[in-house]
Amino acid sequence: MAKIQLNGKKVSIKQKLSVFDLIKKHKLDDSKVAVELNGVIIAKKKYKEKLIKNNDKIEIVHFIGGG
Amino acid sequence: MGDKVLKKDTFKIANKIFKSRLIVGTGKYKNFKETAAAVKASGAEIVTVAVRRVNILDKKKPVLMDYLDPKKIIYLPNTAGCFNSEDALRTLRLAREMGGWKMVKLEVLGDKKTLFPNMIETIKSTKVLVKEGFKVLVYCSDDPLLAKKLEDVGASAIMPLASPIGSGLGIQNKVNLSLIIKQSKVPVIVDAGIGTASDAVIAMELGCDGVLVNSAIAKSKEPTLMANSLKNAVISGRQSFLAGRMEKEYFGSASSPTKGLI
Repeated sequence: MAKIQLNGKKVSIKQKLSVFDLIKKHKLDDSKVAVELNGVIIAKKKYKEKLIKNNDKIEIVHFIGGG
Repeated sequence: MGDKVLKKDTFKIANKIFKSRLIVGTGKYKNFKETAAAVKASGAEIVTVAVRRVNILDKKKPVLMDYLDPKKIIYLPNTAGCFNSEDALRTLRLAREMGGWKMVKLEVLGDKKTLFPNMIETIKSTKVLVKEGFKVLVYCSDDPLLAKKLEDVGASAIMPLASPIGSGLGIQNKVNLSLIIKQSKVPVIVDAGIGTASDAVIAMELGCDGVLVNSAIAKSKEPTLMANSLKNAVISGRQSFLAGRMEKEYFGSASSPTKGLI
Protein backbone atom coordinates (compact mmCIF):
# COMPACT_ATOMS: atom_id res chain seq x y z
CA MET A 1 0.00 0.00 0.00
CA ALA A 2 1.02 3.60 -0.62
CA LYS A 3 0.13 6.29 1.87
CA ILE A 4 -0.80 9.51 0.17
CA GLN A 5 -2.49 12.79 0.93
CA LEU A 6 -5.55 13.28 -1.26
CA ASN A 7 -7.32 16.64 -1.07
CA GLY A 8 -5.88 17.18 2.37
CA LYS A 9 -6.89 13.75 3.69
CA LYS A 10 -4.55 10.86 4.46
CA VAL A 11 -5.55 7.80 2.47
CA SER A 12 -3.98 4.47 1.56
CA ILE A 13 -4.06 3.24 -2.00
CA LYS A 14 -2.66 0.26 -3.89
CA GLN A 15 0.90 0.47 -5.16
CA LYS A 16 1.47 1.55 -8.77
CA LEU A 17 -1.88 3.21 -9.19
CA SER A 18 -1.89 5.84 -11.93
CA VAL A 19 -3.55 9.25 -11.67
CA PHE A 20 -6.12 7.90 -14.14
CA ASP A 21 -6.82 4.89 -11.89
CA LEU A 22 -7.25 7.17 -8.90
CA ILE A 23 -9.76 9.36 -10.75
CA LYS A 24 -11.75 6.30 -11.84
CA LYS A 25 -11.58 4.79 -8.36
CA HIS A 26 -13.40 7.86 -7.08
CA LYS A 27 -15.90 7.70 -9.93
CA LEU A 28 -14.86 11.07 -11.27
CA ASP A 29 -15.11 12.22 -14.86
CA ASP A 30 -11.58 13.15 -15.98
CA SER A 31 -12.95 15.83 -18.30
CA LYS A 32 -14.47 17.63 -15.33
CA VAL A 33 -11.45 17.74 -13.01
CA ALA A 34 -7.88 19.00 -12.84
CA VAL A 35 -5.10 17.26 -10.93
CA GLU A 36 -2.08 18.56 -9.13
CA LEU A 37 0.61 16.11 -8.02
CA ASN A 38 3.09 17.43 -5.46
CA GLY A 39 2.35 20.98 -6.54
CA VAL A 40 2.69 20.31 -10.26
CA ILE A 41 -0.34 20.32 -12.57
CA ILE A 42 -0.65 17.07 -14.50
CA ALA A 43 -1.75 17.34 -18.14
CA LYS A 44 -4.81 15.21 -18.90
CA LYS A 45 -2.95 13.13 -21.47
CA LYS A 46 -0.43 12.11 -18.82
CA TYR A 47 -2.99 10.71 -16.35
CA LYS A 48 -2.36 7.11 -17.39
CA GLU A 49 1.40 7.20 -17.30
CA LYS A 50 1.76 9.16 -14.05
CA LEU A 51 2.08 6.65 -11.19
CA ILE A 52 1.38 7.61 -7.61
CA LYS A 53 4.11 6.98 -5.05
CA ASN A 54 4.22 6.80 -1.28
CA ASN A 55 3.92 10.23 0.42
CA ASP A 56 2.60 11.94 -2.72
CA LYS A 57 0.35 14.92 -2.25
CA ILE A 58 -2.54 15.02 -4.68
CA GLU A 59 -5.18 17.64 -5.25
CA ILE A 60 -8.20 16.94 -7.45
CA VAL A 61 -10.28 20.03 -8.14
CA HIS A 62 -13.40 20.88 -10.09
CA PHE A 63 -15.69 23.82 -10.71
CA ILE A 64 -18.31 24.76 -8.18
CA GLY A 65 -20.71 27.69 -7.96
CA GLY A 66 -18.99 30.99 -7.32
CA GLY A 67 -19.30 34.71 -7.91
CA MET B 1 -32.58 55.61 -36.09
CA GLY B 2 -32.68 53.85 -32.75
CA ASP B 3 -32.34 50.46 -34.37
CA LYS B 4 -29.19 51.56 -36.15
CA VAL B 5 -27.62 52.67 -32.89
CA LEU B 6 -28.47 49.34 -31.28
CA LYS B 7 -27.13 47.34 -34.21
CA LYS B 8 -23.79 49.08 -34.02
CA ASP B 9 -23.59 48.51 -30.29
CA THR B 10 -21.44 45.45 -29.66
CA PHE B 11 -20.00 44.11 -26.46
CA LYS B 12 -16.58 42.67 -27.04
CA ILE B 13 -14.25 41.07 -24.52
CA ALA B 14 -10.89 39.76 -25.70
CA ASN B 15 -12.05 39.92 -29.34
CA LYS B 16 -15.16 37.89 -28.71
CA ILE B 17 -18.57 39.46 -29.23
CA PHE B 18 -21.32 38.89 -26.68
CA LYS B 19 -25.00 39.72 -26.89
CA SER B 20 -25.66 39.95 -23.19
CA ARG B 21 -23.96 42.57 -21.07
CA LEU B 22 -24.90 40.74 -17.90
CA ILE B 23 -22.49 38.23 -16.42
CA VAL B 24 -23.82 36.20 -13.52
CA GLY B 25 -22.20 34.36 -10.66
CA THR B 26 -23.22 30.84 -9.70
CA GLY B 27 -22.59 30.96 -5.96
CA LYS B 28 -24.94 31.18 -2.96
CA TYR B 29 -27.90 29.38 -4.57
CA LYS B 30 -29.92 26.79 -2.66
CA ASN B 31 -29.13 24.09 -5.21
CA PHE B 32 -27.90 23.61 -8.77
CA LYS B 33 -31.44 23.48 -10.14
CA GLU B 34 -32.08 26.97 -8.84
CA THR B 35 -28.71 28.11 -10.22
CA ALA B 36 -29.52 26.78 -13.68
CA ALA B 37 -33.00 28.34 -13.74
CA ALA B 38 -31.65 31.74 -12.68
CA VAL B 39 -28.81 31.65 -15.21
CA LYS B 40 -31.29 30.84 -17.95
CA ALA B 41 -33.63 33.65 -16.92
CA SER B 42 -30.73 36.13 -16.80
CA GLY B 43 -29.90 35.56 -20.46
CA ALA B 44 -26.22 35.66 -19.52
CA GLU B 45 -23.71 34.04 -21.85
CA ILE B 46 -20.93 34.03 -19.27
CA VAL B 47 -21.07 32.65 -15.73
CA THR B 48 -18.40 32.85 -13.07
CA VAL B 49 -17.37 29.64 -11.34
CA ALA B 50 -14.98 28.79 -8.52
CA VAL B 51 -12.29 26.11 -8.37
CA ARG B 52 -12.41 23.87 -5.32
CA ARG B 53 -11.37 20.43 -4.11
CA VAL B 54 -13.58 17.55 -5.18
CA ASN B 55 -15.35 15.95 -2.23
CA ILE B 56 -13.69 12.55 -2.41
CA LEU B 57 -15.83 11.07 0.33
CA ASP B 58 -19.19 11.79 -1.27
CA LYS B 59 -19.20 10.18 -4.69
CA LYS B 60 -22.83 10.83 -5.46
CA LYS B 61 -22.72 14.58 -4.94
CA PRO B 62 -24.09 16.44 -7.99
CA VAL B 63 -21.66 18.65 -9.88
CA LEU B 64 -22.20 22.07 -11.42
CA MET B 65 -21.32 20.89 -14.93
CA ASP B 66 -24.29 18.52 -14.88
CA TYR B 67 -26.59 21.53 -14.58
CA LEU B 68 -24.73 24.18 -16.57
CA ASP B 69 -23.23 22.76 -19.72
CA PRO B 70 -19.85 24.44 -20.36
CA LYS B 71 -20.38 23.83 -24.07
CA LYS B 72 -23.49 26.00 -24.02
CA ILE B 73 -22.47 28.69 -21.58
CA ILE B 74 -19.05 30.21 -21.09
CA TYR B 75 -17.43 29.42 -17.77
CA LEU B 76 -15.37 32.23 -16.33
CA PRO B 77 -13.21 30.62 -13.64
CA ASN B 78 -12.51 32.93 -10.73
CA THR B 79 -9.95 33.07 -7.94
CA ALA B 80 -12.40 33.90 -5.18
CA GLY B 81 -10.93 33.25 -1.77
CA CYS B 82 -7.33 33.83 -2.89
CA PHE B 83 -5.40 36.34 -0.82
CA ASN B 84 -2.12 36.29 -2.69
CA SER B 85 -0.79 36.08 -6.21
CA GLU B 86 0.61 32.57 -5.81
CA ASP B 87 -2.76 31.05 -4.88
CA ALA B 88 -4.57 32.96 -7.61
CA LEU B 89 -2.14 31.80 -10.28
CA ARG B 90 -2.31 28.20 -9.08
CA THR B 91 -6.11 28.29 -9.19
CA LEU B 92 -6.32 29.67 -12.71
CA ARG B 93 -3.67 27.32 -14.07
CA LEU B 94 -5.72 24.42 -12.70
CA ALA B 95 -8.87 25.91 -14.25
CA ARG B 96 -7.15 26.10 -17.60
CA GLU B 97 -6.07 22.48 -17.32
CA MET B 98 -9.63 21.43 -16.65
CA GLY B 99 -10.71 22.30 -20.15
CA GLY B 100 -8.72 24.97 -21.83
CA TRP B 101 -10.30 27.99 -20.18
CA LYS B 102 -8.26 31.06 -21.07
CA MET B 103 -10.71 33.78 -20.20
CA VAL B 104 -10.59 34.10 -16.44
CA LYS B 105 -11.64 36.36 -13.63
CA LEU B 106 -8.78 37.40 -11.38
CA GLU B 107 -9.68 38.40 -7.86
CA VAL B 108 -6.99 38.73 -5.22
CA LEU B 109 -8.50 39.76 -1.93
CA GLY B 110 -6.75 41.92 0.62
CA ASP B 111 -9.10 42.06 3.56
CA LYS B 112 -11.36 39.39 4.99
CA LYS B 113 -13.96 41.80 6.29
CA THR B 114 -14.48 44.12 3.34
CA LEU B 115 -13.22 41.71 0.66
CA PHE B 116 -11.52 44.68 -0.95
CA PRO B 117 -8.91 43.64 -3.48
CA ASN B 118 -5.18 43.63 -2.82
CA MET B 119 -4.26 45.71 -5.84
CA ILE B 120 -0.51 45.16 -5.56
CA GLU B 121 -0.93 41.38 -5.77
CA THR B 122 -3.65 41.85 -8.41
CA ILE B 123 -1.40 43.84 -10.73
CA LYS B 124 1.46 41.39 -10.18
CA SER B 125 -0.81 38.42 -11.02
CA THR B 126 -2.28 40.11 -14.10
CA LYS B 127 1.19 40.57 -15.56
CA VAL B 128 2.04 36.87 -15.14
CA LEU B 129 -1.30 35.64 -16.47
CA VAL B 130 -1.15 37.86 -19.54
CA LYS B 131 2.33 36.52 -20.26
CA GLU B 132 0.94 32.98 -20.01
CA GLY B 133 -1.71 33.75 -22.61
CA PHE B 134 -4.71 34.21 -20.32
CA LYS B 135 -7.43 36.75 -21.10
CA VAL B 136 -7.81 38.34 -17.72
CA LEU B 137 -10.91 40.11 -16.44
CA VAL B 138 -9.78 41.81 -13.29
CA TYR B 139 -11.76 42.56 -10.16
CA CYS B 140 -10.34 45.80 -8.79
CA SER B 141 -10.83 48.83 -6.60
CA ASP B 142 -12.45 51.90 -8.12
CA ASP B 143 -9.20 53.89 -8.19
CA PRO B 144 -8.79 55.25 -11.75
CA LEU B 145 -4.98 55.21 -11.56
CA LEU B 146 -4.84 51.54 -10.58
CA ALA B 147 -7.46 50.69 -13.19
CA LYS B 148 -5.26 52.36 -15.80
CA LYS B 149 -2.28 50.40 -14.55
CA LEU B 150 -4.24 47.15 -15.05
CA GLU B 151 -5.06 48.14 -18.59
CA ASP B 152 -1.41 48.97 -19.23
CA VAL B 153 -0.27 45.52 -18.09
CA GLY B 154 -2.74 43.83 -20.44
CA ALA B 155 -6.04 43.22 -18.63
CA SER B 156 -8.84 42.23 -21.04
CA ALA B 157 -11.47 43.94 -18.90
CA ILE B 158 -11.48 46.17 -15.84
CA MET B 159 -13.97 45.14 -13.18
CA PRO B 160 -14.21 47.76 -10.46
CA LEU B 161 -16.36 47.16 -7.42
CA ALA B 162 -19.46 49.29 -6.91
CA SER B 163 -19.40 48.44 -3.19
CA PRO B 164 -18.12 45.41 -1.20
CA ILE B 165 -18.70 41.92 -2.64
CA GLY B 166 -22.07 40.53 -1.58
CA SER B 167 -23.06 43.73 0.23
CA GLY B 168 -25.85 44.82 -2.10
CA LEU B 169 -24.97 48.43 -1.27
CA GLY B 170 -25.20 49.49 -4.90
CA ILE B 171 -23.17 52.15 -6.72
CA GLN B 172 -21.26 54.08 -4.08
CA ASN B 173 -18.82 56.10 -6.16
CA LYS B 174 -20.29 57.23 -9.46
CA VAL B 175 -17.50 59.75 -10.02
CA ASN B 176 -14.69 57.20 -9.84
CA LEU B 177 -16.57 54.71 -11.97
CA SER B 178 -17.22 57.40 -14.57
CA LEU B 179 -13.55 58.36 -14.62
CA ILE B 180 -12.57 54.72 -15.15
CA ILE B 181 -15.16 54.34 -17.92
CA LYS B 182 -13.96 57.49 -19.69
CA GLN B 183 -10.28 56.55 -19.64
CA SER B 184 -10.53 52.82 -20.42
CA LYS B 185 -10.08 51.32 -23.85
CA VAL B 186 -10.97 47.82 -22.64
CA PRO B 187 -14.46 46.98 -21.33
CA VAL B 188 -15.39 48.18 -17.87
CA ILE B 189 -17.67 45.77 -16.05
CA VAL B 190 -19.02 46.69 -12.64
CA ASP B 191 -18.37 43.73 -10.40
CA ALA B 192 -19.62 43.48 -6.83
CA GLY B 193 -22.14 45.46 -4.87
CA ILE B 194 -25.16 45.43 -7.19
CA GLY B 195 -28.19 44.86 -4.95
CA THR B 196 -31.15 45.21 -7.26
CA ALA B 197 -32.22 46.21 -10.77
CA SER B 198 -31.91 49.98 -10.26
CA ASP B 199 -28.23 49.59 -9.30
CA ALA B 200 -27.56 47.82 -12.58
CA VAL B 201 -29.44 50.53 -14.49
CA ILE B 202 -27.32 53.22 -12.83
CA ALA B 203 -24.11 51.36 -13.68
CA MET B 204 -25.15 50.96 -17.31
CA GLU B 205 -26.34 54.57 -17.59
CA LEU B 206 -22.92 55.70 -16.44
CA GLY B 207 -21.58 53.95 -19.52
CA CYS B 208 -20.29 50.68 -18.10
CA ASP B 209 -19.92 47.97 -20.71
CA GLY B 210 -21.50 45.35 -18.49
CA VAL B 211 -22.25 44.25 -14.96
CA LEU B 212 -21.49 41.11 -13.01
CA VAL B 213 -24.14 40.04 -10.52
CA ASN B 214 -24.35 37.12 -8.11
CA SER B 215 -25.77 37.83 -4.66
CA ALA B 216 -28.51 40.19 -5.85
CA ILE B 217 -30.01 37.27 -7.76
CA ALA B 218 -29.11 34.35 -5.50
CA LYS B 219 -30.13 36.08 -2.27
CA SER B 220 -33.43 37.46 -3.56
CA LYS B 221 -36.65 35.67 -2.61
CA GLU B 222 -37.31 34.65 -6.22
CA PRO B 223 -33.95 34.25 -7.94
CA THR B 224 -35.38 33.45 -11.36
CA LEU B 225 -37.55 36.56 -11.32
CA MET B 226 -34.68 38.73 -10.11
CA ALA B 227 -32.45 37.28 -12.82
CA ASN B 228 -34.98 38.33 -15.43
CA SER B 229 -35.30 41.73 -13.79
CA LEU B 230 -31.54 42.27 -13.98
CA LYS B 231 -31.51 41.17 -17.58
CA ASN B 232 -34.06 43.89 -18.36
CA ALA B 233 -32.25 46.43 -16.19
CA VAL B 234 -28.98 45.97 -18.05
CA ILE B 235 -30.71 46.32 -21.42
CA SER B 236 -32.67 49.32 -20.19
CA GLY B 237 -29.64 51.07 -18.71
CA ARG B 238 -27.60 50.47 -21.85
CA GLN B 239 -30.34 51.85 -24.08
CA SER B 240 -30.67 54.97 -21.90
CA PHE B 241 -26.92 55.47 -22.11
CA LEU B 242 -26.95 55.14 -25.89
CA ALA B 243 -30.01 57.36 -26.25
CA GLY B 244 -28.40 60.07 -24.11
CA ARG B 245 -30.43 61.59 -21.33
CA MET B 246 -32.01 65.06 -21.54
CA GLU B 247 -30.42 68.08 -19.91
CA LYS B 248 -31.55 68.78 -16.37
CA GLU B 249 -33.41 72.08 -15.77
CA TYR B 250 -34.05 73.88 -12.51
CA PHE B 251 -37.51 75.09 -13.48
CA GLY B 252 -40.57 73.50 -15.00
CA SER B 253 -40.93 73.29 -18.76
CA ALA B 254 -44.44 72.49 -19.99
CA SER B 255 -44.75 69.50 -22.27
CA SER B 256 -47.94 70.81 -23.90
CA PRO B 257 -47.68 73.85 -26.20
CA THR B 258 -49.16 77.11 -24.94
CA LYS B 259 -50.16 78.21 -28.46
CA GLY B 260 -53.88 77.83 -29.08
CA LEU B 261 -54.63 77.70 -25.37
CA ILE B 262 -58.30 78.49 -24.73
